[in-house]
Amino acid sequence: MKKNNDLVKFLEKTAKVIKKNILKLSYKAHVGHIGSALSIADILTVLYFSTLRISPNKPLTKKRDRFILSKGHAASALYPVLSHKGFFTKQVLFSFCKDNAIFGVHPVIDQKKGIELSTGSLGHGLSVAIGIALHLKKTYHNVSNHVPRVFVLISDAEQNEGSIWEAIMFAAHHQLYNLIAIVDDNNYQAFGTANNVLNLQPIEKKWETFGWYTKVVNGHDMQQLSTVFNQLPFSENAPSVIIAKTKTAHGVSFLENRQEAHYLPLDKKLFTKAMKDIQKKHSP
Amino acid sequence: MRTAFINTLIKQAKTHNNLFLLTADLGFNLFEPFQQAFPDRFINVGVAEQNMMGIAAGLALSGNIVFTYSIATFATMRPFEQIRTDIASHNCHVIIIGGGGGYSYGHDSLTHHAVEDIGIMRMIPGMTVLTPADPVEVTWAITYATMHPGPYYIRLGKRGEPVIHQDAVRFKLGKGTYIVKGSDIAILSCGSIIKNTIDASHILAKKNIHPTIISMHTIKPIDKNLIITLSKKYKLIVTIEEHNLIGGLGSAVAEVLSEIKTSCKLKRIGIPDTLILDIGSQQYLQNITGLSANKIAKTIFHEIKTI
Repeated sequence: MKKNNDLVKFLEKTAKVIKKNILKLSYKAHVGHIGSALSIADILTVLYFSTLRISPNKPLTKKRDRFILSKGHAASALYPVLSHKGFFTKQVLFSFCKDNAIFGVHPVIDQKKGIELSTGSLGHGLSVAIGIALHLKKTYHNVSNHVPRVFVLISDAEQNEGSIWEAIMFAAHHQLYNLIAIVDDNNYQAFGTANNVLNLQPIEKKWETFGWYTKVVNGHDMQQLSTVFNQLPFSENAPSVIIAKTKTAHGVSFLENRQEAHYLPLDKKLFTKAMKDIQKKHSP
Repeated sequence: MRTAFINTLIKQAKTHNNLFLLTADLGFNLFEPFQQAFPDRFINVGVAEQNMMGIAAGLALSGNIVFTYSIATFATMRPFEQIRTDIASHNCHVIIIGGGGGYSYGHDSLTHHAVEDIGIMRMIPGMTVLTPADPVEVTWAITYATMHPGPYYIRLGKRGEPVIHQDAVRFKLGKGTYIVKGSDIAILSCGSIIKNTIDASHILAKKNIHPTIISMHTIKPIDKNLIITLSKKYKLIVTIEEHNLIGGLGSAVAEVLSEIKTSCKLKRIGIPDTLILDIGSQQYLQNITGLSANKIAKTIFHEIKTI
């Protein structure tokens, strides 16, 4: 248990570093999407620092787990995680959104730097993840006791796209047990709350009916997240989906669960306040 | 064309154990031999073209050669963004096969009339666009695309296209292939309409006009050198295609000619950019859009008088 507590503390501490870097990136580049990025920062921290079988020293090894950020607009959360993991330096990280930069608002494929796919248009990542998962299952199913896994993080509003449901049907039909979808269920989309724009609830029931094995977690609770990720795959003959209940701009008092979090860049005063908020005790 | 396609694909799949065939629920009475020979490399994804293209990208990013199949309209229009963003922007080795190009599915009405596909695909950076005209060109195109990585769009006809070439040796990517060497004008044609082009040349021959006819099986990259050479040799170049006049072969040739100093005139023959809701056989629709052999000959004869 102590070991587990240590892990949770380590993850919370790491997430703070990540979140501060998200704010710094946004502040320096004067771009938005803070809400979407902070919404998934805890999930990404647990994935990259306790779940994914990947190494920045061997970024192209065929047996690595893959992570695809289908909600590409939250890439300002992915870059600090990859940098902290050792895929590239802080200096490279902070070239974000400059002219001739490696990293823009939406990620462009660069597998040596840990970016598996160019994303930014919603509804694409799950299908590509299926293609990769099919290949890995076919290649390793009979020859290895570890079939590399493909994790794909989608936003709740991304489920508005019809292509997502094509993919959901396919993955279940083909029993892609090495495919794991995570839904960032923060209830905020570009022009309103998901509940008001196009109600998706109950999300977990929909996936379950389509043949996926479903679990619902608090997406800011490190203990819950790491426990659930350790239980993967949930089934030997179905893909797994984790519905992560999250808050947009989690941890920043004046943006949390507010529509502005999708757009607002920070001025100096707000940036300082946001940094102070993040420094406070992690509250799931 | 369909037979040449599937036979070549099976042959290539035997030597490339990473070759996949995905279909969006089409290819009944066509793909069964492939499915039987390579059950773990054949996937009917269901009627879901967007998902098919995304999966193709994922398989290709993992080191596979992926063929996708649907009717040319559904293969290019519904999943356009997946083709552009997931496949082409990632330089994936995916070969998109559009069956039934042009008015091949004439009786099936406007949803099945593929008259914009070449233009749409040609606009995507990195995309190679091939429009084979007969089974020999199909065999070459499929073989070439399998051997050379990158994204492709290959427009096929339907069935029963006559053999025009006797052998595949002379084909080169991005190089037009001479079918007839004539003297008066140059005709560049492609795909399913080559037969009518040749028939039209027989009509013109009676009026003592002997065109050079070239199969432009590669629409992209376009054979710039050939077009420049022809523009020096002839006063008139005619393009013929079973495609909207915007975006296809005629446009590609016009783009080349517009940037060089030449007195050579270009006449584009293709489907006019008007709403065409007519239903009928491929021959019927070709006729009402000016693409029958007679109408092609008439148009060219009239055009020659203006130069």
